[in-house]
Amino acid sequence: MSTDTSLAVRSQEENWLPVLELAVEEVFEIMLGCRVKPVSQAEHHPSTEFTAMVGLAGALCGILTVCCDKETARELAKCMLGPEIADSEEEVSDALGEICNMIAGNFKNKLAGADGQCMLSVPTVIKGEEYTCYSLADGEQLETVMLFGGAPVAVRLQLHS
Amino acid sequence: MDKIRALIVDDSSVMRKIVERSLRQAGLELEKVVEAGNGAEALAAIGKDPVDLILCDINMPVMDGLEFVRTLATIESAKGIPVVMITTEGSENHVVQALSAGARGYIRKPFTPEQVKEHVLPVVGKKS
Repeated sequence: MSTDTSLAVRSQEENWLPVLELAVEEVFEIMLGCRVKPVSQAEHHPSTEFTAMVGLAGALCGILTVCCDKETARELAKCMLGPEIADSEEEVSDALGEICNMIAGNFKNKLAGADGQCMLSVPTVIKGEEYTCYSLADGEQLETVMLFGGAPVAVRLQLHS
Repeated sequence: MDKIRALIVDDSSVMRKIVERSLRQAGLELEKVVEAGNGAEALAAIGKDPVDLILCDINMPVMDGLEFVRTLATIESAKGIPVVMITTEGSENHVVQALSAGARGYIRKPFTPEQVKEHVLPVVGKKS
């Protein structure tokens, strides 16, 4: 193992997928009141109708995205806010962006040594599937898919090497 | 203090609603809730409307939460208003910066209603 303990090197040497999965599970349980578990990516293919993104900068550099279909995004917002106030697309986007933001923050807070070395951007949400995203992140890619109400939600972390 | 006038500062309107709901779940009686999308809006709001408690995010556009707390500490009329940070930034460095700047509490997102109760009630003079 390398003696370089920087986060970029550690991302290649350590398995961070369980850390990401735990970060996702905690956000869903605490903020949405529901338990989710990872499922097979081969059997579940999430839509990219709604994509929330949060950038990471500093010692850990990259982008975290959360993707799901429109109906699932609306259900996520209802879980966060209650049924009566999650009708507008603006609120649905805002809720998905905040979920993405909390997953990114929770993930980096769980990494020993990331203390104060990594910053988060404000969230961005893309609606519609007709887009191609080119990320400059060229390092490790972690991905997990969770089932929420029977529908897949993908959480992907792309890191810069 | 019976009813509280609260200022909730977060660039997400969804999160502002969740924080307000958490305050009510914590048992606070809210006389009024003022919302602001960033630190600059929060400073303007305080100038117009006195508040008893401020809940503030850190990562926001225009003026972030740390700059807001530092600026607030220089305003004579705002001194003594308790500020509790509610943020995804969980590093010790951020906690130290926030408390040094004058924040009275620090809650990491994701948060439970119990955490809001534990950190907010004491700063407004109520038992958690």
